Amino acid sequence: MLTKRIIACLDVRDGRVVKGVQFVDIVDAGDPAELAHRHAAAGADEIVLLDITATHEGRGTLLDTVKRAAAELFVPFTVGGGIRSAEDAAAVFDAGADKVSINSSAIARPELIGEIGRSFGAQAVIVAIDARQAVGSADPVGDAEVYVAGGRKPTGRKVVEWAREAEGRGAGEILLTSMDTDGMRSGFDCELTARVSEAVQIPVIASGGAGSAAHFVDVFGRGKADAALAASIFHFGVTDSRELKRELRRAGVSVRLPC
Amino acid sequence: MIQVIDYKAGNLTSVLKALRYLGAETHVTQSPEDIRGASKIVLPGVGHFQATQLLGDFGLTEAVRESVAKGAWFLGICVGLQWLFEGSTEAPSTAGLEHFAGMCERFPALYNGAELKSPHVGWNSLEGVRADSKLLRGIDDGGFVYYTHSWRAPVSEATAATTNYGGAFTAVVERENVMGVQFHPEKSAAVGMRVLKNFVEL
Repeated sequence: MLTKRIIACLDVRDGRVVKGVQFVDIVDAGDPAELAHRHAAAGADEIVLLDITATHEGRGTLLDTVKRAAAELFVPFTVGGGIRSAEDAAAVFDAGADKVSINSSAIARPELIGEIGRSFGAQAVIVAIDARQAVGSADPVGDAEVYVAGGRKPTGRKVVEWAREAEGRGAGEILLTSMDTDGMRSGFDCELTARVSEAVQIPVIASGGAGSAAHFVDVFGRGKADAALAASIFHFGVTDSRELKRELRRAGVSVRLPC
Repeated sequence: MIQVIDYKAGNLTSVLKALRYLGAETHVTQSPEDIRGASKIVLPGVGHFQATQLLGDFGLTEAVRESVAKGAWFLGICVGLQWLFEGSTEAPSTAGLEHFAGMCERFPALYNGAELKSPHVGWNSLEGVRADSKLLRGIDDGGFVYYTHSWRAPVSEATAATTNYGGAFTAVVERENVMGVQFHPEKSAAVGMRVLKNFVEL
C-alpha cells in the first residue's frame, strides 16, 4: 500500500538551518548536511532543504551545502529557494538534488515549470505555494490567496486555480504552506489542503503548523494530503519521524515502518 | 566494473553515487563497444519512455542484446525496467528491448470506482517476493521502496515482486541474468541499498 510520507524540512540561511515562526523570527538549529543525515537515519521519508538566503555569498554556500547533504543521502532530496531559471535548477541537480521546489519564480514566469520538467522530468519539479485564507470572504478557503517573496507579497492569485495551472504546466507535486498556521504548532490548515488535493491529480504535500502526531493524522485524513512536512517539531527534539510514524500507525495511518 | 549507460535521462548521478558508496567500480558510457565487452550493465532512468529512443540511435539496443545473450548481468531502473519490455504506450513508436513480453501502460484514472492519483509517488511495499530472486536476496514481503512513475509494467512469469497501486504491477522483473526494478533503489534507503549491493555482488 502506498504510504503517507513524512518529510523533514530544513530552512537554511547562509549555510545554517534556521526556523521561523510565521515566516519572521529566526532561531539557529544547526548544520544542514548533518541534520539531513540525522533526519534520514531517524526515519524521515524525504528531506527538503529550503534556502532563504538573501545574499550572493549565501548562494555559493548553498550549492556546497547541497553537495555535502546529498553525498550519502539515500532518500529523495528536494532543494528550493532562489531557483529562477532552468540553469539554476541544473546547478542544484548537479549538486545532488532529486527535485527542485520553485515558488516566486514560477508565479513570475510560469513557463519555468515546463522548462525544468522537459530537461529533468515532471517528477523533479515541485511547485511550492505559500497561501493565506481570505479573511472576510464568503469562501475564505476557496478564495485563499497566493503570496510570494517569503510570504511578504500578495499576488492576487487564488491558490486552487494556481495549483491547477501548475499541474497543467507539468508540476510533479504541490507543496502547500499555510502562512496562517506556519510555525504555530497548532495544526495544519486541513480545509485548504483538502480543497487543493481534490482539485489536482498530483500529490499534495501539506506544510505549516505541525505540532503533534494528531495534527498529522488530521491532515492525512480530513486534509487529504499525500505527504506532510515538518521542521520545528523535529529540530528541538519534540519527536523524530520514527516515533511520529509509530503514533500514526496506531491511529490507522499507513506509513513506512520499519524505517 | 559496472558499465552505467548514460542516455541523458535523469538519475545517473544518484545511481552512480549509490553504486560507488557500495564500493563498486563504475564507468559511464554511451559506447556499444563498452557494452559488448561488459560483464555488468546498469541502465538508470527517470522521466519519459521517449528518452530510450537514444539507445537505439546510439546502437546500444543491439549491443545490450548481444551482451546479455553472452551472460552479462543487466539491471534496469525505473524507465530502465520498462525498456526491457516490448514498449510503452507513453511513446508507442519507440520499441523496447523486447526481452520480456508485454507493454507498459499508464495507471488507470479510476480503480474500483475511486479516483486514482497519478503519478504514483512515494514509498510502497514489495509483495510476493520470489524466493529464488538473486536481486531480492535478504528482502522480505512488505519491504518499502520509493517510486515516482505514471506508467507500469504488467505482471508476468518473470515478475520477481509486485507492488499494489491501482492493482498489482511488476516492481521487480528477473530472469537469469536480466533484471529490472520499477522503484528507485538509489533513493530507497536500506532496502534499496540492499538491492544494489545484491547486484554489485553478483
